[in-house]
Amino acid sequence: MIKVEGLTKRYARTVAVNNISFEVEKGQIVGFLGPNGAGKTTTMRILTCFLPPTEGSAEVAGFDVTKEPMAVKRRIGYLPETPPLYPEMEVEEYIEFVGRLKGMAKGNLGKRIDEVSARCNITDVRKKLIGKLSKGYRQRVGLAAAIIHNPDVLILDEPTAGLDPEQRRETLLLIRELAGDHTIVLSTHILPEVEQTCEKVIIISKGKLVATDSMSNLNSRLRGAEMVAVEVEGRGGSLNKDMVRQKLEQVPGVSRVMHEDSRNNVLRYHVESLEGRSIRADLARAVVSADWNLIELHSIGLSLEEIFLQLTASDKEQAAGGAQ
Amino acid sequence: MNNIMIICRKEIRSYFTSPIAYGLLAFFAFIYGWFFYAAVRFFVQRGTDMMMSGRGGPMDVNEWVIRPLAMNVAVINLFIIPMITMRLFAEEKRSGTIELLATSPIRDIEIILGKWFAAVILYACALLLSLFDVGLLFFYGQPEWKPILVSYLGLLLLGAALLAIGAFLSNTTRNQIVAGISTFAVCLILWVMDWMFAFDQSAVGKAISYISINSRLDNFSKGVLDTKDIIFYLSVVFFGLFMTARSMESLRLRS
Repeated sequence: MIKVEGLTKRYARTVAVNNISFEVEKGQIVGFLGPNGAGKTTTMRILTCFLPPTEGSAEVAGFDVTKEPMAVKRRIGYLPETPPLYPEMEVEEYIEFVGRLKGMAKGNLGKRIDEVSARCNITDVRKKLIGKLSKGYRQRVGLAAAIIHNPDVLILDEPTAGLDPEQRRETLLLIRELAGDHTIVLSTHILPEVEQTCEKVIIISKGKLVATDSMSNLNSRLRGAEMVAVEVEGRGGSLNKDMVRQKLEQVPGVSRVMHEDSRNNVLRYHVESLEGRSIRADLARAVVSADWNLIELHSIGLSLEEIFLQLTASDKEQAAGGAQ
Repeated sequence: MNNIMIICRKEIRSYFTSPIAYGLLAFFAFIYGWFFYAAVRFFVQRGTDMMMSGRGGPMDVNEWVIRPLAMNVAVINLFIIPMITMRLFAEEKRSGTIELLATSPIRDIEIILGKWFAAVILYACALLLSLFDVGLLFFYGQPEWKPILVSYLGLLLLGAALLAIGAFLSNTTRNQIVAGISTFAVCLILWVMDWMFAFDQSAVGKAISYISINSRLDNFSKGVLDTKDIIFYLSVVFFGLFMTARSMESLRLRS
């Protein structure tokens, strides 16, 4: 449904997107993951024909974005990071305007507006001015307008940015519901959102493609190593932080121990396991058998930054290995 | 054509759902009425003076009321043109709605024409309001209607030309204030440009007078309909809209 090959976008001084290639199949829901400034928005803008690429090609629903932009635009629904709303319009009026812009005939627009309003849960605000709506409603109005013409491809730029957790959950649920009818690309810098919603992930960083894989594959790749937070309290005497570290390092399966914090005789460490090893049980036993108090022990998810570090680091290792 | 209508309708709605249009029309009606009253008073005063001095003769309403009024509207334009055009593109760019328009299956030129038409329609509404005052002249006197028609055509063309320039300037920025002020500045420059060359017969003087946008209005206000003037205004419209289109294109290449 979407085919991107060697896509590059250069601005005057910077390269926003650097030689990215990926494919998205029909009906798939794909997460576009990367920190701020990674080039997510730029890539999406190229796919929606808002910006022309400097090099490379992008195809949406079989049409090239530079050669047949009108055909692409007709088949695409796009929700930018800030929904493009006119505050002085009523919700219904706005959706109708967008529908007409997308080339829908006036006759079947009324029924379609009913459908998308019901789907996006905005039926109760249809007669309200957009300027008076809350952020969550605005997001849903934007989404309703983006799907009004039943596009083949739906492109959502940070659809959950600025929403509270409840709205966030609802929006993601809604997006997942939409997945059956549309091919969806959504961008975010929040990993759990991708885990919840997407089948496939495309990770970019600094304009470069870091990984593109199915969610389950990526999970096992990333979860190979476990990161555990441990808090240890000394009983009676005060604790020596290097002593504790040595003790933790001796636990089988531990690759790295980092001292994080110490206060009131409580020491906090981050412990990383070797790939594929579960170390929590052994850590607990080690602490208790050394006659210390185990205050806290829990597994911490890898942050996006760490994932990037891991992925880019492993890429480098591979490259180095290949060179030898 | 259909797409142009969609954009145009939306623009007109947004003019009239905000206080902009009403404020603008009220301002125009008030200032025009003020100038109208002054012109009529002056006309009457002159009439009585001539009677007193015993040189009473026929006086031309068109020459003494309509003509100066048309030039006065050109002054009012300095203020209302920027007010009409400043938000046209700048606001869409600031709020990001330009992204909706640019990713819809609709061409740039259709967006531009739709917006420009809406601006011209609002401006025409203002002119329409002023016809009320002019109607009073018909009630109390016998002005000729043909020169009035021609002078209004001139005003409409002048407005359309300035609105096209305003649309371009609004497209160059995302700040409405900047768009408004630059449009005002350009209108003002076009207005005073030929003053210092009024009696200059050099090539430069002639050229400047030729492109001076307001001196063209003088012919219309006299009731003289010259194709040269019409074509001049239409070419300014074309130039303004063409520059707007180029500006939209460059936005995509640069941003």
